[in-house]
Amino acid sequence: MKKIILIIQREYFSRVKKKSFLLMTFLVPVLFMGMMALVGYLVAKQNEFGDKKKVEVVDENGMFKNKLKNTGTLEFTFVADNYANVKGNFLNSGYDYLLYIPGTLTGTQLFSEKKASAITIQNIESSLTDIASSQRLMTAGIDTAILAKAQKPVTIDAKQLTASGEKDAQTYVAYAIGLLSALLIYMSLFLYGAQVMRGVIEEKVSRVIEVIISSVKPFQLMMGKIIGIGLVGLTQFVLWIVVSVALSAGAGTMMMGSSNMAKTEQVSVLKNAGSADAAVAEQAADSGMGKIMQSLESIPVTYIIFCFLFYFLSGYMLYSAIFAMVGSAVDNETETQQFMMPITLPLVFTFIISMNFIINNPDSSLSVWLSMIPITSPIAMMIRIPFGVPAWQLAVSMVLMVGGFVLTTWAAGRVYRVGILMYGKKASYRELAKWFMYKE
Amino acid sequence: MISIRNIVKQYASHRALDNVSIEIEKGKVFGLLGPNGAGKTSLIRIINQITAPDSGEVLFNGEKLNQSHIERIGYLPEERGLYKKMEIGEQIMYLAQLKGLDKAEARRRIRYWFEKLEIQEWWSKKVEDLSKGMQQKVQFVATVLHEPELLILDEPFTGFDPVNAEIIKNEILELNRKGATIIFSTHRMESVEELCDSIALLNLSHKILEGKVKNIRNNYRNGTYILEYEGAAVQVGGGAPFTVLSETSADGHHQLLLRLNAGSRINDVLQFMLPLASINRLEEKVPTMNEIFIETVSKKNQL
Repeated sequence: MKKIILIIQREYFSRVKKKSFLLMTFLVPVLFMGMMALVGYLVAKQNEFGDKKKVEVVDENGMFKNKLKNTGTLEFTFVADNYANVKGNFLNSGYDYLLYIPGTLTGTQLFSEKKASAITIQNIESSLTDIASSQRLMTAGIDTAILAKAQKPVTIDAKQLTASGEKDAQTYVAYAIGLLSALLIYMSLFLYGAQVMRGVIEEKVSRVIEVIISSVKPFQLMMGKIIGIGLVGLTQFVLWIVVSVALSAGAGTMMMGSSNMAKTEQVSVLKNAGSADAAVAEQAADSGMGKIMQSLESIPVTYIIFCFLFYFLSGYMLYSAIFAMVGSAVDNETETQQFMMPITLPLVFTFIISMNFIINNPDSSLSVWLSMIPITSPIAMMIRIPFGVPAWQLAVSMVLMVGGFVLTTWAAGRVYRVGILMYGKKASYRELAKWFMYKE
Repeated sequence: MISIRNIVKQYASHRALDNVSIEIEKGKVFGLLGPNGAGKTSLIRIINQITAPDSGEVLFNGEKLNQSHIERIGYLPEERGLYKKMEIGEQIMYLAQLKGLDKAEARRRIRYWFEKLEIQEWWSKKVEDLSKGMQQKVQFVATVLHEPELLILDEPFTGFDPVNAEIIKNEILELNRKGATIIFSTHRMESVEELCDSIALLNLSHKILEGKVKNIRNNYRNGTYILEYEGAAVQVGGGAPFTVLSETSADGHHQLLLRLNAGSRINDVLQFMLPLASINRLEEKVPTMNEIFIETVSKKNQL
């Protein structure tokens, strides 16, 4: 045990003391936030950045004239000339698109030299549909005032009705938390798993391995390495959270102005105190930022963080054991390719399924199954957790997960102890199986 | 010190050690010899408990080999290496602690050894900044730091220049004088003759020769002598007590390689030669370990 602790210490401090670790700790949150801000900015200002496309419109019965409004990216010009002429001159006209609307509306066509983007087609289609349907309703004798009222959009307020009462469902927040934690687990399994693999290869290539295992058991060395690097991962996460919170608090203050933040703070203080003013204050804050903060408060943060840490650690243990096994079987990093497939495939598969299916159907039987199988559950379950998972499912999944990593580390350890002493032998899956069977 | 009894080690398709038994006496320098692939490394790994034998046993001071012996053995593998990016001092501290030394003791002993080998200024250097020979020196310190009762050295002199090889050799001998038993695996036969008390020769997974170096060389004596004299060449006829195996002459210097005839003694050779020539040298040609090694191994491999 003392020796495992020594190994853990070495693995941990030799990484944490590196300059690159410090750099990653501060750079990643900054880059991440910067990227988010940039994306947000571009989305908000896309109309200003996108190129203006010029569209000439031949509208046979003048139904859309003055109604088809220019958007940020599309500028419509109605031409009076006849369709055949316009079409003939289109390539030399300087316009990007030619929109032809026949009198009957059926057979409306959009011409362009290059392929039109899907979003452009969708935008034009929906504008035309809106205008046409209003037009038709008006022709049918419906008053414009009624029409305006009729077209007012409906927003849904999603609530959960449970035995303990009614509460806001916070679907979007759940969505975001699920995505974020699954993404983090997915990335960190690769990141830290690969570090374990590289560490094993380093010991093998530098031949320090034989000295070490004349002092400790190979399994102790493997576990020490896995735990040490896992702790590096945990440290990194904690630091990222601290740095991100600090950064976003800073950015938030700058962007919102301090008054808004103070208000939200005040609300929570009052709420905690159970003061009569709480309702009043809550109303005041019940908009924009206040609403988001409120949703965040209703999410069981400790529960989610606990689950996240559990699935990160157990998933990491399971995958890094396999990574360690791969590292022990090869003589250098380029040879690892052939063994990477079985590791990356389930991870990538789960990740894609999670992003596209589980997040929209968190309670479907496929989602439940994927969140039970140890190789897929760290990602699949983290997607489901913010939506609420029955306690028994979580318990079964966790028990299977623990069983899964114990079994995997045991099996990987058997291959590892032989592999680290093998040089110059091109390892195949059959070879690995043989190593697994070796007695001692 | 170490009794190796009927060890068998089977790898998938080949048998690395086949019923090998060796006795290694306490306080002696023991040479483990053999051509490449003979099974030396497999045997050393078994003594180090890196692998376990399929059958047979190893006794350490009469006890069956177990985990508690690990800290009493120091092992310098042939394929050696250190963590490239780690500072030397830190690295040896780590290796020493893995062998059970506490921090303060490890630090004290590293200081002692660094001073002794005059490498104090290396403490905070990284391994990748050192030359191959310097790395070997560091590795040697790491091997002996926990003052093991048994030192297993696999080709300890490779990578050293003659000066440093001499330094390391003297350190090894000093450790031996202080009581450490040394197993010494090598191809360099001159160092075997110089250092080893006894040897075992492995070939093709079998032990084919074992014993004290002196005895083995004695057993391989075959009555050949080297005789040098000056003056006119002597015609050795039928009456001589020896047969000439080969003869070289230059500028009136003659060298004979001769074998005694049955029943003759070395004094008979002198008696025969004294009236005929002025003798410079007469010496028995005892086969070197190198010759014995080559002879034994190639004889076995022919069978």
